[in-house]
Amino acid sequence: MSTTLYDKIFQAHIVDEIGDDALLYIDRHLIHEVTSPQAFDGLTQKGREVRRPDLTFATMDHSISTRSLAIDACGPANKLQLQTLADNCEANGIQLFPVGHQKQGIVHVMGPELGLIKPGMTVVCGDSHTATHGAFGALAFGIGTSQVEHVFATQTLKQSKGKCMQVKVSGARPLGVTAKDIILAIIGKIGHAGATGCVIEYCGDTIEGLSMEERMTVCNMSIEAGAKAGLIAPDQTTFDYLEGREYAPKGADWDAAVAYWKTLKSDADAKFDIVVELAAKDIAPQVTWGTNPGQVIGVNQPIPAPEDFSDPIDRDSAVKALKYMDIQAGQKLADLTVNHVFIGSCTNGRIEDMRAAAAIAKQGKVAQNVTAIVVPGSVAVKAQAEAEQLDKIFLDAGFEWRLPGCSMCLGMNDDILSQGDRCASTSNRNFEGRQGRGARTHLVSPAMAAAAALAGRFADTRDFIAND
Amino acid sequence: MSNQSSPANAGISVHIGHVAPLNQANVDTDQIIPKQFLTSVTKSGYGKHLFHDWRYLDLHEQEPNPDFVLNKPEHEGASILLTRENFGCGSSREHAPWSLDDYGFKVVIATSFADIFYGNCINNSLLPVQLESAQIDALFEAVAQDPACQVVVDLPQQQVRFNDQVIGFDIAPHHKNNLIKGLDAIGQTLELDAKIKAFEDQQPAWQY
Repeated sequence: MSTTLYDKIFQAHIVDEIGDDALLYIDRHLIHEVTSPQAFDGLTQKGREVRRPDLTFATMDHSISTRSLAIDACGPANKLQLQTLADNCEANGIQLFPVGHQKQGIVHVMGPELGLIKPGMTVVCGDSHTATHGAFGALAFGIGTSQVEHVFATQTLKQSKGKCMQVKVSGARPLGVTAKDIILAIIGKIGHAGATGCVIEYCGDTIEGLSMEERMTVCNMSIEAGAKAGLIAPDQTTFDYLEGREYAPKGADWDAAVAYWKTLKSDADAKFDIVVELAAKDIAPQVTWGTNPGQVIGVNQPIPAPEDFSDPIDRDSAVKALKYMDIQAGQKLADLTVNHVFIGSCTNGRIEDMRAAAAIAKQGKVAQNVTAIVVPGSVAVKAQAEAEQLDKIFLDAGFEWRLPGCSMCLGMNDDILSQGDRCASTSNRNFEGRQGRGARTHLVSPAMAAAAALAGRFADTRDFIAND
Repeated sequence: MSNQSSPANAGISVHIGHVAPLNQANVDTDQIIPKQFLTSVTKSGYGKHLFHDWRYLDLHEQEPNPDFVLNKPEHEGASILLTRENFGCGSSREHAPWSLDDYGFKVVIATSFADIFYGNCINNSLLPVQLESAQIDALFEAVAQDPACQVVVDLPQQQVRFNDQVIGFDIAPHHKNNLIKGLDAIGQTLELDAKIKAFEDQQPAWQY
């Protein structure tokens, strides 16, 4: 019987079958300070141990300052959470990359750059953007803290098999259209909950043509369409990215691994539960206008009216979103002034994102009314950017150049917006209050964010590319 | 018939309570419990911050928003949250069900749930009940007519009962079983240790 990539990875990890559920073995467990303390507590209360500390890796990312390496820089609660992670990792023999460590970074940036994520793996983390790692052809999904505890104790998780949605993007990518624009256009098409209950496999020649970092951006936001995970079949791009990384196999092991990884693809006649197709030529640089990632338009499209939506739920959501975002139907994005720009996050905090933003930043100065911060996704990204003198470009243009972390994507540190602020953000969620109570978030690509910083309003990045 | 309270893993059976109607789709976990309350290292104490941005007019939770459903006197003490599509979307934070549970909700009834949130509810003995859109409308209508309307959520029989209506709901048998018995999921899996070990022994070292 022909099978999908999802079927193959799922099948290869079944330890036992329990009713409708399978007990899946978990190959890689990534942890951070926010969703792990209660899980460690649960273990302690029951006198249980971490079964495979060697498969578990920890970093500090959510609650840390981007201005200081001191763990108390964001107050006593954050400090306690970070110290608790350090203590728990120490007590359980788990490798931790704390603030200040050369390998520290946002969990979904750090893992791939160290080669910790390999094709065919099952990967979990108490964080919904674990979907990022599907870029390697790994089945990677976010879990709750009870499940973190379950993985600690058993290295397994009970899982029901989901549906599989194929999202096929075809054709040459137009100039100025980034991976972020592709995934936002996909979410716009299938909707904010359009893939609930599904694992998405992204395919088509547009997807095959993406770099690994671009694939991570696409898979990262699978959860924003409601999907449990996103997958891209591994290929030479994947192998080239992995080869030589610290935790990648070496020598004869490398050859054995690649031989296996090459088998990891959906059969040509595999049946998908849902098929969605997009043409790359139809995708323009995207900007979200509303309060969920599915409320998105091309930069030159007018802001929609509630009447444009046939579904009553969508109509009602549009009314609420227009009010919260303080915008009117028919308004042009180019007429919306922004006063904050955030470049970073597990979606867009990698070196290629820094380069794309810097290519725009070097063309001007940050507008007077705008505060713009650039937060590299990891210490390694920061070091590489500085080696390329991108930090200098940003600083010269009036951007702030910060220390790595999750930062303003969710504002668990002091990088938060105030009531009424409007932010062009390269992060992944534009929910009400996500970046600060009463603040308005518009999701965009790094290039679009940099363009908005210079223009002080939303601007079409393609106008800048023409000048480059 | 019992009106059981349900601390995590105690098991739930039949719940009778009043409904708080939150008439909105796509309620995300950032709304349920905003990020500034995620720095705690315990599972308790989140109830007072539930729906913080909507529930309070100020940052310090001193001024309740009189327009928000949980602040209306007629919905005080509600233990069943009624809402619409895609409830619990967004982040995987288990603080979301912890805050609902800590506030006093035992059941969430919605048209649909986000996947991770649904699983987190099951793991915290907070019963997620998925009903059809028209059934949800009927329940909203009943609560609008009579905010004190008693609703029975019967997990063994998989029924929601109010006024003279009886609505069946689906739930996976293993979820139902775990909710009713309040089983220790980790303890159950640990009994399969030999199988886990056998699986591990078959894996090539380069896999990790």
